Amino acid sequence: MTPEELSKIASAQQETLKKYTHRIHVCVAAGCQSSDADKVKDALSAEVKAQGKEKCCLVKGVGCMGLCSAGPLVSVETGNILYQEVKPEDAKDIISSLDGEPVQRLICPTDIPFFSKQKKIVLENFGKIDPETIADYIAVGGYQALFQALTEMDPPEVINEVLKSGLRGRGGAGYPTGLKWSTVAKADSTRKYVVCNADEGDPGAFMDRSVLESDPHRVIEGMAIAAYATGADQGYIYVRAEYPLAIKRLKNAIKQAERQGLLGHNICNTTFNFNIEIRLGAGAFVCGEETALLASIEGKRGAPRPRPPFPAQSGLWGYPTLINNVETFANIPPILRNGGDWLAAIGTEKSKGTKVFALAGQVKNTGLIEVPMGIPLRQIIFEIGGGVPEGRKFKAVQTGGPSGGCIPEQHLDISTDYESLATVGSIMGSGGMIVMDETSDMVDVAKYFMEFCMSESCGKCTPCRAGTAQMHGLLDRICSGQAETRDLALLEELCDMVRNTSLCGLGQTAPNPVLSTLRYFREEYTMKLTDASAKAAAK
Amino acid sequence: MTTQTSIRVKTLVIDGRDVSAREDQTVLQVAREHNIFIPSLCYLEGLHPVGACRLCMIEVKGIPKLQPACVTRIKEGMEVVTRSERIDKYRKMVVELLFAERNHICAVCVSNGRCDLQNMAKALDIDHVGVPYQYPRLNVDATHVRFMADHNRCILCTRCVRVCDEIEGAHTWDIMARGRDSRVITDLNQPWGESESCTSCGKCVHVCPTGALFEKGKSVAEMVKRRQFLPYLTTMRESW
Amino acid sequence: MPALLGKPTMPSDDKRWRIVDATMRRNGYRQSALIETLHTLQETFGFLEEQGLRFVAQSLRIPVSMVYGVATFYNYFTLKPQGEHTCIVCTGTACYIKGAAALLSSIEGRFGINPGETTADMKLSVLTARCFGCCGLAPAAVIDRETAGKLTPSDIMDRLDRRISA
Repeated sequence: MTPEELSKIASAQQETLKKYTHRIHVCVAAGCQSSDADKVKDALSAEVKAQGKEKCCLVKGVGCMGLCSAGPLVSVETGNILYQEVKPEDAKDIISSLDGEPVQRLICPTDIPFFSKQKKIVLENFGKIDPETIADYIAVGGYQALFQALTEMDPPEVINEVLKSGLRGRGGAGYPTGLKWSTVAKADSTRKYVVCNADEGDPGAFMDRSVLESDPHRVIEGMAIAAYATGADQGYIYVRAEYPLAIKRLKNAIKQAERQGLLGHNICNTTFNFNIEIRLGAGAFVCGEETALLASIEGKRGAPRPRPPFPAQSGLWGYPTLINNVETFANIPPILRNGGDWLAAIGTEKSKGTKVFALAGQVKNTGLIEVPMGIPLRQIIFEIGGGVPEGRKFKAVQTGGPSGGCIPEQHLDISTDYESLATVGSIMGSGGMIVMDETSDMVDVAKYFMEFCMSESCGKCTPCRAGTAQMHGLLDRICSGQAETRDLALLEELCDMVRNTSLCGLGQTAPNPVLSTLRYFREEYTMKLTDASAKAAAK
Repeated sequence: MTTQTSIRVKTLVIDGRDVSAREDQTVLQVAREHNIFIPSLCYLEGLHPVGACRLCMIEVKGIPKLQPACVTRIKEGMEVVTRSERIDKYRKMVVELLFAERNHICAVCVSNGRCDLQNMAKALDIDHVGVPYQYPRLNVDATHVRFMADHNRCILCTRCVRVCDEIEGAHTWDIMARGRDSRVITDLNQPWGESESCTSCGKCVHVCPTGALFEKGKSVAEMVKRRQFLPYLTTMRESW
Repeated sequence: MPALLGKPTMPSDDKRWRIVDATMRRNGYRQSALIETLHTLQETFGFLEEQGLRFVAQSLRIPVSMVYGVATFYNYFTLKPQGEHTCIVCTGTACYIKGAAALLSSIEGRFGINPGETTADMKLSVLTARCFGCCGLAPAAVIDRETAGKLTPSDIMDRLDRRISA
């Protein structure tokens, strides 16, 4: 395909869409699907037919609109109306109202902070394009960035834009993406690989799932650009088997891209070749760790290995391999389209751009949000999230999943960026954000995460395998009121040891939930201890 | 095939001592050559190091995290510290965690007095185990004609797995499940005696650091493990 | 060696072996196809049974102990036959905060089975998952591939009863 052909597809699709005076979008991402969005979509289509409006009215499935708690969501694009909790029975009213007043009882206000405080870059096409139609993606400028890279830039220039953007890995650790790319680009090898880490294992995180379900081509385009920049010709997307819908849409997207010549040989009539294969995970959190992920792609047990060598030097089958997560790749096309400086102008000094969060737990508006880096945590929880429901009191927000920590009320005014979150004992992580209210027992929360790490430990290294089991045992004793002060002391010693001696990130960060709850809610621990000195200390 | 390419010599400092070594060596190898003791359990000369037991953790100047000596390649000018208060503390805890994880009753063990785990405890001056014993219920496999496997004494170092794969080439052993449920298995987790791939060569028994794998008929403290074969076999293969 | 051993014969004339073989063939019988193949094996047979593991090991020329090690490493694979219906309760953080434990204990109270177990009549298997990514709808469960959110113990009982009696 040539750039001209690409823009031809784009304008043709734009024309097609313009023909419809009414375009109704139904969210068909996994969240709304589990609230029967498919049936709503079928009912709407049937109703359009029944009322004979096929010519002027289009019903299409689109990606996640964000406010999952109010799903299924339906938007009437042409009238800027958003409907919430739509049932198949509502189809008639919605279609009948198209030329008149909107259906008041279903309206979801869009002028609330949940929508207005967000800044969408990664999620820009969410709720707008049909994730199963490549033309829809091309119509909004899709694959232009890839063509631009292939025809107007050499690989170092591409890397330079990514470096300039200041983009850091969105998987959690925050390593500068451009640096990673240039290491792989510089590696001297006959083969190189690009791997997309879509093994979103943090319980309570669904950013990557949503991106794959709502805008899969964006990830494919990002990967292709990365492959061009680093000199790779084969890509793998490692995606969790727990995400059947994401897998289905990815497979479909890859097929479409291949058919259009956007993947395969001589892409855009250049010498650039790139193919993508999907690899399914099989339920192992540790496979989010890059060396474990590579082992799993090779068909082995997902046990991490010591680094160095880093995958950028020796990765899949020993070849240099670039590994980025879904959201990182999803940031690439807009960076190339708008330039690195454009992204660098958003966010804070060290954390550029936006971050997608999965907001969940005891908060009114649960769902998917994207905010500029640096926004105060309080704004996310109380304005965008709408605060804690039913008049209960906020207690803590958990970020970073099992590797992160709980942040209490007094630190809610910190800026949401990599460094600030670290100073209060948590991490940015991949983007899970779970709000807890006064009913949550923080020791039990710590135990929950420790149970997670214990059963997800691969078992290779002693501190993580045996240490997490011991820590879980101690937390269990504390929770059930059978522990004494010395048990708590032992727990803290184990935290220190496991953190400093474990082989991979899972073990090194497993103590974090304990350490952060101890830091802010120590009295909840001491209150549960049985010996006299502990009781006295608790008072 | 050995490639006779020139291997450069580098100098580094271990515990204040200037030492020189080949650039393809690890800190652990160099330390051993110079009689500097770094405890280890999963490491065995002749097998691929895996950096799993975390006993050989050392400090390298300029790197904030502790590094496992068995997989850390030396570098010119490297400054290594093999003992410190914190390293000693962590090493003790590693050994204590191993003791508490399974049922190590030295008094009735075939390897008593000749056990690597026991030796580490001695070398690290461990006089008690500070973490609660887990007392898992594990079985003993006596189905093989010549050997026995007692999972109560296994520390999951994977030496048996590696020697069987890398040296014998049978790959009878592997690890099943994960985390604290991990177990060494033969073939499809079937009794050792029924394994179709096992050649009964006994290499796994002799590289096992504890009394987990031993010869039938041996009683308390009678199991002598011979590991001399390993360096010979590896060298022979390399120079073949 | 490969030439000597040749291609292993299928364990029986059950047509499903061809589906498993097709996955391996598509991947060129490379060792890296192991996890993909185990997925197919589980999809077609419902669980990973011994004969299947041996067949895959032979076809991909992987030691059987390694196949077993991989099959038991990943939570998604099961070596036991599953019930007619499966109910997977999400135990992700959001679901934990919103009461996944209550769902599980109601199932245990009603059917007497814990996660990973199947009722004696092989009607129902209960499993847990780390996170479906439906955190906005916590607590969630997947009953026979259908996701349901914002569940209460009585909701899940209703749904299970309907499935089982149907």
